Amino acid sequence: MSSNYAFRKFKNRLFFFLCLFCVVVAIVPLLSILYEVILRGAPQLSLKFLTANALQGGIGPAIQGTLIMIGLTSVIGIPVGILSGVYLAEFGNNKYASALRTVHNVLTEFPSIVVGITAFSIVVVGIIGTYSPLAGAVALSFILIPIVARTTEESLKLVPDSIREASLALGVHRWRTILSVVLPTARSGLITGTLLAVARIAGETAPLLFTILGNSYFFQGFNQPMDALPIRIFLDSRQPSVEVQAQGWSAALVLILIVLSLSISVRLASRGRFTR
Amino acid sequence: MKDSKANGGNPAKNVHNEQPVFAGKIQSIGLNAWFGTKQALKDINLSVKANSVTAVIGPSGCGKSTLIRCFNRMHELVPGSKMSGQILLDGKNIYDDDIDPVLIRRRVGMVFQKPNPFPTMSIYDNVAAGLKLTGMKKETNLGEIVKQSLERATLWDEVKDDLKKPGTSISGGQQQRLCIARAIALEPEVILMDEPCSALDPIATARIEELIVSLKRDYTVVIVTHNMQQAARVSDLTTFLYLGELIEYGHTKDIFENPKSELTEKYLTGAFG
Amino acid sequence: MIVKMTGDKAFKVVAAIVAASAAIILLVTSYVLVTGSSLVLGRFGFGFLTGTSWNPVVGREAFGVLPYILGTLVTSGIALIIGVPLSLGIAIFLVEMSPKGVRVPLSYLVELLAAVPSVIYGLWGLFVLRFWTQNYIETPINNYLGWIPIFSGTPFGLDIFTAGIILAIMIIPTVASVSREVISAVPNSIREGAYSIGATKWEVIRHWVLSYARSGIFGAVILGLGRAVGETMAVTMVIGNAIGPNAMPTSLFRPGQTLPSLIANGFIESATPLETSAFVGAGLILLLVSLFINVIAHIMVTRVLKVKGGAVE
Repeated sequence: MSSNYAFRKFKNRLFFFLCLFCVVVAIVPLLSILYEVILRGAPQLSLKFLTANALQGGIGPAIQGTLIMIGLTSVIGIPVGILSGVYLAEFGNNKYASALRTVHNVLTEFPSIVVGITAFSIVVVGIIGTYSPLAGAVALSFILIPIVARTTEESLKLVPDSIREASLALGVHRWRTILSVVLPTARSGLITGTLLAVARIAGETAPLLFTILGNSYFFQGFNQPMDALPIRIFLDSRQPSVEVQAQGWSAALVLILIVLSLSISVRLASRGRFTR
Repeated sequence: MKDSKANGGNPAKNVHNEQPVFAGKIQSIGLNAWFGTKQALKDINLSVKANSVTAVIGPSGCGKSTLIRCFNRMHELVPGSKMSGQILLDGKNIYDDDIDPVLIRRRVGMVFQKPNPFPTMSIYDNVAAGLKLTGMKKETNLGEIVKQSLERATLWDEVKDDLKKPGTSISGGQQQRLCIARAIALEPEVILMDEPCSALDPIATARIEELIVSLKRDYTVVIVTHNMQQAARVSDLTTFLYLGELIEYGHTKDIFENPKSELTEKYLTGAFG
Repeated sequence: MIVKMTGDKAFKVVAAIVAASAAIILLVTSYVLVTGSSLVLGRFGFGFLTGTSWNPVVGREAFGVLPYILGTLVTSGIALIIGVPLSLGIAIFLVEMSPKGVRVPLSYLVELLAAVPSVIYGLWGLFVLRFWTQNYIETPINNYLGWIPIFSGTPFGLDIFTAGIILAIMIIPTVASVSREVISAVPNSIREGAYSIGATKWEVIRHWVLSYARSGIFGAVILGLGRAVGETMAVTMVIGNAIGPNAMPTSLFRPGQTLPSLIANGFIESATPLETSAFVGAGLILLLVSLFINVIAHIMVTRVLKVKGGAVE
């Protein structure tokens, strides 16, 4: 009996170390990525590098492009996403809303390259006739909207009904109650969800490949291709020149800084709300 | 709105299935209410006397909350709910087609069981919320109204230096008085209270009961309570509901000392809860 | 008064219309994919799915996506084989074993894995991971076991195996976090009952907790599969860009191609309308496969949930 127990104890210890091993194995790539990105990308960083265009050996257009993409996509996608989430949460007890909810969930699982093809066909070929930042913004919005709608709905559902009742009992209209009482109460959840969605689309590449294409120069108009950090990383990685590859690493460093700082600060701000 | 002389000044006894003899500030005539297929109220004829505190008592599930939610047209906000009958406010049916329920709710205010101040607003903004959100921004003496409402709710002295603090930063009892101040700020004519003290400790409860009695000077108060002693303490008139039916209605003293219905007596002596 | 009454109605209608934008996105995407692939499907029919050639030269056109469908499945399969056990180990560690102070920072780190953009995974895979797998895994295995078909070829790191490993890493956050939720949702009474009869921690987890959470974990796995199937950039950069019959996944250590990487690599350079249509067709197949997997996931999870009445998704 006791020898069996010793064996069971051994298995128990083994299991503990196996699980610990899993954690370590998962963390190692993260650390390696950060290490390599800093090691290979930092040497090139300088003010000149960040503001010069590609022919002068810099990634200015890529940074500008990413910022423009974030801006345009947010302008299109955030209002649509939030209002959709408001509808689903506040008026969503019917079949129409259930169907839409399913559609939103389906959309969040779309492969991003498919979104790129769609935006290419509609905007680049159909509407504008050439590669354009607008096409990129449309593609990224297709990804942003379902995510923002879903996080908005979840945040609004966390607002207790007693708050809505209090406002309605004062004789406040439903729409005013939603805008002035419910939304502000859900504010932190809304901001968190939206910022995380923005961080996500800032790093997306596939939808941009066919819509803004990439460019060595700064923004040249809404009917010209444009650069962005993810595209720059991808294109530079395929070049044989070591200097160009190094540029790609620097672009990766800048992109990771943007994305990770958004993600980390958002999670720090909401710490303690979701501990398990 | 006077008591009928024919009855010697008393409201009609056991008004089940009869029209009320006098017109109250707010009254229900043949009120039925459903949640889906389940009927919560059966043919309620109840006339609430102006400037009084009327208690609605009865065991859980008897329809007390449903009744007052019909009075401010909150019942209809529940999906699948239905009602029939009339509710007259100053003689006019609030369910008429040309009446906007939103306006009714400004005349008939409500305080809820669990205090629900708006969490993102300060104490000041909470009290002013009713006025601001219903578009009465042009009140130049908003500050004055807030002060008066908080004084009326006996909360002013405790929070006058902390008006900018969040509405949820004060104690439960204070929050409930804040909700009362918020309701009062709109100068309603009727104040409905749905078990306002059940989430509070005895000391906070006592303060609010004092407040309720003082409110009847300016408002008509209807208070739902599962605490019979509370009803005996604060109310002038008491209604006893059982399984959606109005069993008895009369002066509080009479109901408690000399109930006319056997059911009422059983409830009051604790035969069932 | 009339205006005020319709204020609420107007708001609801506007919100309802805006919410329908999701349906519009879905319809537009479907329309584009279906009409865009009509050319190639009309020309090759079912052969598009079963063919292996990819020849855009006019006069000898041939387009078939079988290698890429298989490539997608094989890389995703590798990702699951490697990634799911790791994810479960992480989830179990975080829920059942880790000391309180370590739990939160560790789970942040695991979640950060999800925040890294796919293209940066690809960059890292292309310049770092690829040499590591080539030197420490592929070459040794190839030396000793290269006679087995799936280990044959001359490994140089940009192949199906490396793509599978990167995918495994990328699905860990998804599978681990959902598994965590599911495992935490197992009622403590189950654990307490098991401990009280003298079971060790490992036994409690293996025999009681995991079986209770089984359906939810299965759902997590399918979700991870869905992610792996749709993943584009990281795979594109390390899979070696094989095309045509050479892209058939016959060996782990040979270059391959998935549906997403095919499109990412070739769509822009597409020369003829038929070739463009072939890429769109690949996109259509990809979307259908991805939707199919996710529908299966939802059905399995909700069906098993109804039967067991147990673990929460």
